Amino acid sequence: MNGKAHSFESPLGIGALLSRLELTGKKIAVERNGEIVPKSAHAETMIRDGDQLEIVVAVGGG
Amino acid sequence: MRDALVVAGKSYSSRLLVGTGKYRDFAETRAAVEASGAQIVTVAIRRTNIGQNRNEPSLLDALPPSRFTYLPNTAGCYSAADAVRTLRLARELLDGHDLVKLEVLGDPQTLYPNMPETLAAAETLVNEGFKVMVYCSDDPIQAQMLEKIGCVAVMPLASLIGSGMGILNPWNLQLILEKVNVPVLVDAGVGTASDAAIAMELGCDGVLMNTAIAAARDPVLMATAMRKAVEAGREAYLAGRMPKKLYSATPSSPTEGKIAPKAA
Repeated sequence: MNGKAHSFESPLGIGALLSRLELTGKKIAVERNGEIVPKSAHAETMIRDGDQLEIVVAVGGG
Repeated sequence: MRDALVVAGKSYSSRLLVGTGKYRDFAETRAAVEASGAQIVTVAIRRTNIGQNRNEPSLLDALPPSRFTYLPNTAGCYSAADAVRTLRLARELLDGHDLVKLEVLGDPQTLYPNMPETLAAAETLVNEGFKVMVYCSDDPIQAQMLEKIGCVAVMPLASLIGSGMGILNPWNLQLILEKVNVPVLVDAGVGTASDAAIAMELGCDGVLMNTAIAAARDPVLMATAMRKAVEAGREAYLAGRMPKKLYSATPSSPTEGKIAPKAA
């Protein structure tokens, strides 16, 4: 996740992961293994062992 | 709207676009953006801090997307693939918002655009329905290629990003303005108000800047100056300047009724 390894003791969906990270409802976007996971699919998308996740936000930039 | 800037079918009364980077805090960002009068603001897409500063204020709170048109950029991308990936994330993040700023950089010293990668990324993004405003070199032929691909605006650099060196090649900008039918905005290189005015006097449709405002001693005052400079430059362009003459044989005051004798 964002370039760092994380392990979880039980199967987890992206929606549950975001809730655990207190990111639910925040303006973020999620990519799994290079593919966008749309907001509408967060709840149903289960994370698999070895998945590469990116969670991004908008920041100041020019 | 009188003399609006029209990008991708949408009208904007301000021809000044501003970045949101390099400010001290979000309050200063907000104050400078307000003072600039900009309606379009660029933002970058970056990894969120996992597990840190969960209640830290966000840019989107300081600049509500309901009031400003966000222009997500691809700053820091050195390949077409990275730029496309970044903007797909931006579109997801901003709920389907498709107006984007594409920039594919060539090297970290100059931040000069890599044009082959820029052209490739533009093609992919346009095919995916993005409305692409594109940072590019000031090469009129490549600007035309970007227009042909379907970019909604071309944004040549006036000098290097963050350099504040001003308009180094007005002739190339003029060539682009003659050749290209989509809006042409100067992106990068503006250092002070006169630079923005010169860009607008040349006939550019707008100016995009960040460092010139953020790195000024008083960013909010400089934002005000830039708003006025862009407006003044635009009005001077529309008004049509007088021709330049080496000598003026036509004084501004009457030549009749002088009390002193005529010049020899």
